[in-house]
Amino acid sequence: MIVAQRKPVEEIKRVLGGYEKVLIVGCGTCVAVCMAGGEREVGILASLLKMSFRMEGKEVEIGEATVERQCDKEFMQPLEEKIKNYQAIVSLACGVGIQFLSELYEDTIVLPGVNTVFLGSNEGEGVWQERCRACGECVLAETGGICPVTICAKGLLNGPCGGTNEGKCEVDKEKDCAWTLIYKRLEKQGKLDHIRKIFPPKNYRVHTKPARLVHELYQQQKGET
Amino acid sequence: MACSFKEAVDSGKFVVTAEIGPPKGTAIEEMVHHIDLLKDKVDGLNVTDNQSSVMRLNSLSVCHLIKERGGEPILQMTCRDRNRLALQSDLLSANILGIRNLLCLTGDYITVGDHVEAKPVFDLDSVQLLQAVQLLTQGKDLAGNELHGAAQFYVGAIVTPEARPLEPQLLKFEKKVKAGASFFQTQAIYDLEKFKGFMNYARQFKVKMLAGIVLLVSAGMARYMNANVPGIFVPENLIEDMTSAPKGKALTKGIEIAGRMIRQLKEEAICDGVHIMAIGKEGVVPDILAAAGLA
Repeated sequence: MIVAQRKPVEEIKRVLGGYEKVLIVGCGTCVAVCMAGGEREVGILASLLKMSFRMEGKEVEIGEATVERQCDKEFMQPLEEKIKNYQAIVSLACGVGIQFLSELYEDTIVLPGVNTVFLGSNEGEGVWQERCRACGECVLAETGGICPVTICAKGLLNGPCGGTNEGKCEVDKEKDCAWTLIYKRLEKQGKLDHIRKIFPPKNYRVHTKPARLVHELYQQQKGET
Repeated sequence: MACSFKEAVDSGKFVVTAEIGPPKGTAIEEMVHHIDLLKDKVDGLNVTDNQSSVMRLNSLSVCHLIKERGGEPILQMTCRDRNRLALQSDLLSANILGIRNLLCLTGDYITVGDHVEAKPVFDLDSVQLLQAVQLLTQGKDLAGNELHGAAQFYVGAIVTPEARPLEPQLLKFEKKVKAGASFFQTQAIYDLEKFKGFMNYARQFKVKMLAGIVLLVSAGMARYMNANVPGIFVPENLIEDMTSAPKGKALTKGIEIAGRMIRQLKEEAICDGVHIMAIGKEGVVPDILAAAGLA
């Protein structure tokens, strides 16, 4: 899922300077799971902002709404009417949702309430770990299901650097060395041959921004590939 | 220099290279002094590339300076700061300046240095960089385009004989050999018995091995490296030697230890040469050579 982290209240307040009617919009998917922008977090942020503005003697109306998915038009309908009553929106969705919202409601100011940080997994209560860089050229079949592009700080494709030590990374002694993990897993699986070959440089062309994908079943219908 | 670094290595003599660390800034007097002091005493001067991810004068211009002063430069190229266009372009540039020796490295990560917010590049890794060099020498670039004039390089790479665990490191070492590395420079070694074990393995490959010698300047430095530098293990007896040195004589003891190690590596023909890293103390490299019986 997409993992995000709520911005500090002070930063959100700074960009809200001057607006008297503000709607906070959460998203019920990834950011709800990582406790950054779901319905609960919308409520918490609304309370914090109300309290903070009141202490400064400012009259700011704070509204709350959460849609199931801010990255999909289908789910935006409930916002349509509500949004008209507000000058600004703080979106607690990931960067995708924030942009999507501002594109749909061009006449309203849409501001980010979170920093989107990575694609990751839930490793336990309150802990998330980056797992994928969305590089567009998956090598997991050959690297024992461990991604060197993501888990190795340098994204090395041909083995560990000289900074690896006792299975840890030179960047952070708490972090695992991806290539030690890969080597050990493939050794256990008897598949070390997979990484004896030299991997060529990555093809960043597949990663030219912004990427766009049309599912093959829809290509003809949309007239694009 | 009487002959090139490659000729020296090919001659079968025990080769010696020393490291030159470019300064942070334009005041190069001290570095030039070290270059002049060492250029006729060693077979190559190996110039670091933004060492430890600290922004400095670049390796290419210092190599050119060494060349101009009659020395034999070895250009270090890391993958941290340049993408494949910049790397290949710098390699061609080095070539037309007469710089023919190259050491390819991945490079430390950005955050260990002094520009911790910079974008880490690592477009290629060290193995792929070696492949790129091989292509340039064959008159092609990484994209398969023909070059108008091929490059010439004698190319090397690094290996850490005491990496823990060692096996993944050796897998990469073998890829570097396959990708065209002719010589290797090791991470600092101190335990020669262990190093002999590594050489027993490495001898099966037709590459030249230069043992890394880092000058010890204090017992504290040895302990610091043991605790903080991956792949460096200074044995306790050497730390005791350093501790027992009379006040103000630790450097002399470090020179003696380095000299003794080099002498043994040469006399027992354990490897093909040494690369001396006298980090910040380049002025004493001639003393190390004298202590090793190489002066």
